[in-house]
Amino acid sequence: MSSVPPPSITLERPEPGRLHLIVGGNWALGTSPDAAEAHAALSAGCSVLVLSARNLCDWDSSLVIFLIGVVRRAREGKADVDQSGLPAGLNRLIALASAVPEREGAARPPAQSSFLERFGAAVLRLPQNGGAVLEFIGEVTLSVLRLLLGRANFRLQDFWLLLQQTGASALPIVSLISLLLGLILAFVGAVQLRVFGAQIYVASLVAIAMVRVMGAVMTGIAMSGRTGASYAAMLGTMQVNEEVDALVTLGIPPVDFLVLPRMLALVIMLPLLTIYADLMGILGGYIVGVAVLDLNPMEYLTATKEALSLTNVWIGLVHSVIFGVVIALSGCFHGMRCGRSASSVGNATTAAVVSGIIGIITTTAVITVMCEVIGV
Amino acid sequence: MNGQSTRSEPHIEVRGLCVAYDSFVIMRDLNFTIGRGDVFIIMGASGCGKSTLLKVLVGLKRPSAGQVLYGPVSFWDASPKERDAVMRRAGILYQSGALWSSMTLAENVALPLEQYTKLGKAEIRELVAYKMALVGLAGFADYYPSEISGGMRKRAGLARALALDPEIVFFDEPSAGLDPVSAKLLDDLIIELSQSLGTTIVIVTHELASIFAIGTNAIYLDVQTHTMTATGNPTEMLKTCTDPTVIQFLTRGGTEQSGQSERSGHVHTGE
Repeated sequence: MSSVPPPSITLERPEPGRLHLIVGGNWALGTSPDAAEAHAALSAGCSVLVLSARNLCDWDSSLVIFLIGVVRRAREGKADVDQSGLPAGLNRLIALASAVPEREGAARPPAQSSFLERFGAAVLRLPQNGGAVLEFIGEVTLSVLRLLLGRANFRLQDFWLLLQQTGASALPIVSLISLLLGLILAFVGAVQLRVFGAQIYVASLVAIAMVRVMGAVMTGIAMSGRTGASYAAMLGTMQVNEEVDALVTLGIPPVDFLVLPRMLALVIMLPLLTIYADLMGILGGYIVGVAVLDLNPMEYLTATKEALSLTNVWIGLVHSVIFGVVIALSGCFHGMRCGRSASSVGNATTAAVVSGIIGIITTTAVITVMCEVIGV
Repeated sequence: MNGQSTRSEPHIEVRGLCVAYDSFVIMRDLNFTIGRGDVFIIMGASGCGKSTLLKVLVGLKRPSAGQVLYGPVSFWDASPKERDAVMRRAGILYQSGALWSSMTLAENVALPLEQYTKLGKAEIRELVAYKMALVGLAGFADYYPSEISGGMRKRAGLARALALDPEIVFFDEPSAGLDPVSAKLLDDLIIELSQSLGTTIVIVTHELASIFAIGTNAIYLDVQTHTMTATGNPTEMLKTCTDPTVIQFLTRGGTEQSGQSERSGHVHTGE
């Protein structure tokens, strides 16, 4: 076994119209010899093709593929094929591969559609998807009504756990993001305000920006990536495992049992997290103001207090409550609509986060415009 | 139809049922009766719509035509509330067990009881322990579904299905993914249920050994013609049916003709 003979194809024409094809050597995937000559010889035409093996050592699928190609080609050219010279195992594999003809219509046509086609299909799907969203919102509303009437159906145990997961466990990431956001706001503001010698207004800039909108938006985005995604993944996996079906057949509405506690947890926890984020953001601004801009600590705090009004706090809280609903709805909606495979859980999670963030940004814009119109 | 079961009153009647996904018809013109106390087998090749038919029977998928009658109640014409009432008397063992993964086995079995009974905590605990013992899982109450094997998960699913003492239990491929011994044990459990409690059993399966060992009545769903092509006791079906695909199915493509009939014969003399 020291030297392995390379695979070989030998062509012989003992008489016109008769082609002998002899394979030999060691056939392994990746080392197959050039088959062009054999195919050229077949194209030249022959009435009888005799296949045989000479000094054939090991062989694998590469030889079988080659021979199947040759045999098909010869049959197309109406030539008789004599395979009796090949090893029996090889003949059996060739017979097996050609035993069941390709099923008519089973092969999918290659999915090729133009940009316009895909765009059109996406637009046509819009009303359907919109209908599904409305239906889901309706179900959740009914479920909230049942809750108010004291007839909703979920386990308090689950609810406490969800409160902890969406609230306390999210503190580290919210701390980090809002502290840094406060720092960034202070630095960016300082560059401009320093020109006028009005560094002290960094305090009011940070306080108003954080409390009125940025605290809520950044917390919302962090929670959409954290909690919205986890809702979608969890409910999606429950769909895959038929756990949701098991609830339905037990007569427990899955929206009550799964969606309602999740939405409640977010609607309760997001405002609390937002207040916490506001404080952390102000702390970030304070660090920059005192340590970098050399402002008097007491002066900074007084300026912050003067700048803040309760209206700003309320506006921030309104944002966060609405974000809680938006994040929970998008997470649960995509989770409940999830298909029955691992990849659909992934898609559901992606869709939940994307639509959650889009929802947050658009609601922020709408609320900002509304505040402008009513003048608060 | 041949060999119709001669048991007592019907429990479920299916009339002219047609099931479709959008425009793709899976099954049409299904007519059969599941008698009270039957062990009813829904069989057929993979992809013939067995599990989909089960979904229609338990209220997870609306049929495109036809009726499912639970006694006098036409299941799909009834209000959701009435459907819930019907399903409250039914238990379902899903293919993968479908235990709620965030709850322990005991909590899984207890949830139906908490939902539909006014029992106290202690009574529920006692009932749960009994149901778990019934399926051979005593002592596993505080395990989570992810911590136990597939066979145990199925048995825990059965304990949950039995929690409310149902009159009818549906099984979706009970022996799929089980080794032969566990599958046999599950079969024995099913027979025990049907004989000692008089529970009606509906099983979706293609496991020949189970079909002959426990089935008292069956339908065969054909994947080519999209309808049922045979009905009756599986052993009778093997003897009397003339449809070649049914015979092929029941004899594993013709390879187990003699052995299979001998074995099923044994079971029947034992009954």
